[in-house]
Amino acid sequence: MIDLHGYGPRLAEGALITIELAVLSLLLAIVLGLLTASAKMSRSWLAHRIGTLYTTVIRGVPDLVLMMLLFFGGQIGINMVTDQLYERFGWDIFINVNEFVAGVITIGLIFGAYMGETFRGAFLAVDSGQIEAGRAYGMNHWLVFRRIRFPQMMRHAIPGLSNNWMVLLKTTALVSVIGLTDMVRVAAEASKATREPFTFMIIVAAIYLLIASVSEWGFARLQKRYDVGYREAD
Amino acid sequence: MADTPIPLEVRNITKRFGDTEVLKGLSLKAHKGDVITLIGASGSGKSTFLRCMNLLEQPDEGDLIVHGEEIRFKQTRHGREPADWKQVVRMRAKLSMVFQSFNLWAHMTLLENVIEAPVHVLGKSKKEAIAHARQLLERVGLAERADYYPAQMSGGQQQRGAIARALAMDPEVMLFDEPTSALDPELVGDVLKVMRDLAEEGRTMIVVTHEMAFARDVSSQVIYLHQGRVEEAGPPDEVLGNPRSDRLKQFLAPKH
Repeated sequence: MIDLHGYGPRLAEGALITIELAVLSLLLAIVLGLLTASAKMSRSWLAHRIGTLYTTVIRGVPDLVLMMLLFFGGQIGINMVTDQLYERFGWDIFINVNEFVAGVITIGLIFGAYMGETFRGAFLAVDSGQIEAGRAYGMNHWLVFRRIRFPQMMRHAIPGLSNNWMVLLKTTALVSVIGLTDMVRVAAEASKATREPFTFMIIVAAIYLLIASVSEWGFARLQKRYDVGYREAD
Repeated sequence: MADTPIPLEVRNITKRFGDTEVLKGLSLKAHKGDVITLIGASGSGKSTFLRCMNLLEQPDEGDLIVHGEEIRFKQTRHGREPADWKQVVRMRAKLSMVFQSFNLWAHMTLLENVIEAPVHVLGKSKKEAIAHARQLLERVGLAERADYYPAQMSGGQQQRGAIARALAMDPEVMLFDEPTSALDPELVGDVLKVMRDLAEEGRTMIVVTHEMAFARDVSSQVIYLHQGRVEEAGPPDEVLGNPRSDRLKQFLAPKH
């Protein structure tokens, strides 16, 4: 048996944090991605510009830099605002950037930009006649989205979504930099203390691989669900 | 009779795409039970005219009155648009469209396609909608295909399914946009038969078509469009039996 020198429970906690962080970031990224795709396909010049700016900036700056910028820079920014509030209005507010929340926001923001591109392509792949039929039958914008555009778009989005998720999952390893005790950080500490980096890192690698494999299976099932009705057509 | 509002009236519709004026002031009045066929060469504006009737295209000028209710418009940066989209949604629910390329929703079974708008737009109960849908599918000869997806059906079956979907709305007027043009010749007959039955039971229909036999036998009025204008209009015997303009004569002449 592998000797974990008592780090087993902490490693498990770290793994849980990694999973929570990844799932919450994914949800945020999906919401941001849908918004970005809508903005970029919008008739409004301003919305289009904002969407383009967001994807360009996020995709052009390294994840690690963004994370440190948002976490450390974000805290300074918030402090500046709260200091002003105190000086001007006497409001004594103290907001501490929580590592977990900062991690979710940063990763969500980064992958929202990638999701935006994935969703945009997928929306454009939906046959316009399908949407027109919805409109012709008295559906409003939201109903067309919910009943036709979204389910038909998902079929095209899942390969990209799944790919983004795999990269996102691995990006969570970066949060150890801002002090969040995810499994990578626990393993790093354990390696140092026990001088057995191989043992701990191989375990972390295996856990990542396990999560990735399970999600691959999940995405395959999701793809099957959204492919309903199309199998004969392709 | 005078108190019942007429199902659909359009007055002086114009439409331009960029610099090209495709509709130059078209009007039409569909009384209950009328079957109006729009004929004309491609590019004559007949499909665009039909698509203006349920506002899939926004007419630049002209009035639209559905069952006595006039659609309100306003000018925006993007041109003329309906002032109240809720009104449009309400009016579209009274006009069902059958498309050239069927446009059955690909991710739903045939039955789901037929109940979709009655349930989500008209607010019917699912049970009621399903019962009605089964009757309609029976009628168009697709009772056994209820659980098939569109991709598993032939074009003719899909189009008959699309007609069932249109009927499920209990529409005031049915709009047909070249319903047989995308079909293999041997499948056209079944679709036309369903449409003839509908005309016989007194449905109000506006049909863009190239099927002259259908226009002659079924319609109460034929409108021949040329370059966005009405060139000739009237009962089928007159317009098709005794065309006055050279253009229509040429259009009707058997193609060699």
